[in-house]
Amino acid sequence: MSGAILTVALMVSEGFLTLAMAAAAFRILRGPRAQDRVLGMDTLYVNSMLLLLVFGIGSGTTLYFEMALIIGLLGFVATVAMAKFLMRGEVIE
Amino acid sequence: MSTIEDLPLWAAIATSGLLVLGSGLALTGSIGLLRFSTFYERIHAPTLGSTLGLFSILAASMLYFSVTQTRPVVHEILIGIFVTTTTPVTFMVLVQAALYRDRLEGRDPDAHFGEE
Repeated sequence: MSGAILTVALMVSEGFLTLAMAAAAFRILRGPRAQDRVLGMDTLYVNSMLLLLVFGIGSGTTLYFEMALIIGLLGFVATVAMAKFLMRGEVIE
Repeated sequence: MSTIEDLPLWAAIATSGLLVLGSGLALTGSIGLLRFSTFYERIHAPTLGSTLGLFSILAASMLYFSVTQTRPVVHEILIGIFVTTTTPVTFMVLVQAALYRDRLEGRDPDAHFGEE
């Protein structure tokens, strides 16, 4: 019983997060300007991190947690680097 | 390590509710990213998923692993602390860059507010 509830909830939330990632990917493709694409990629990072956490609950291992942590770290660095690039034209001055 | 079927019913219901709530908030934020018309409106939407959405899914994960491993598992707080501190910094830098680009090209950043 409890397994069935949790399985359905996992499927529903994986579907929601996949749709959210599709929306963010559509914003990356559509633009219209560079800052919109950077924002879409940041959203894609956060959504994929959430999806990995959901996979971690589904599989019962803590391995996915470390992947989510690394995506969180790298997503921050990537977005700040791209915002800096948009402002200055170079990342390291 | 136990399987998914050994979970008590209350823990399954609480985990399921938190999971659906969190992913629903992330989906709402991403749909907002599609539907708002200007960049400065759009940047508000994804924070829905990266604050309460993230915290709901982290709470679900903490609850599930604490119950199945019969000891408190709290290392998900690391992700929570990290994302909560970095998201405002990221978006502040991004909005600064967008404002700079708008001014450089002679666009008025407030031009499209109030329009559909």
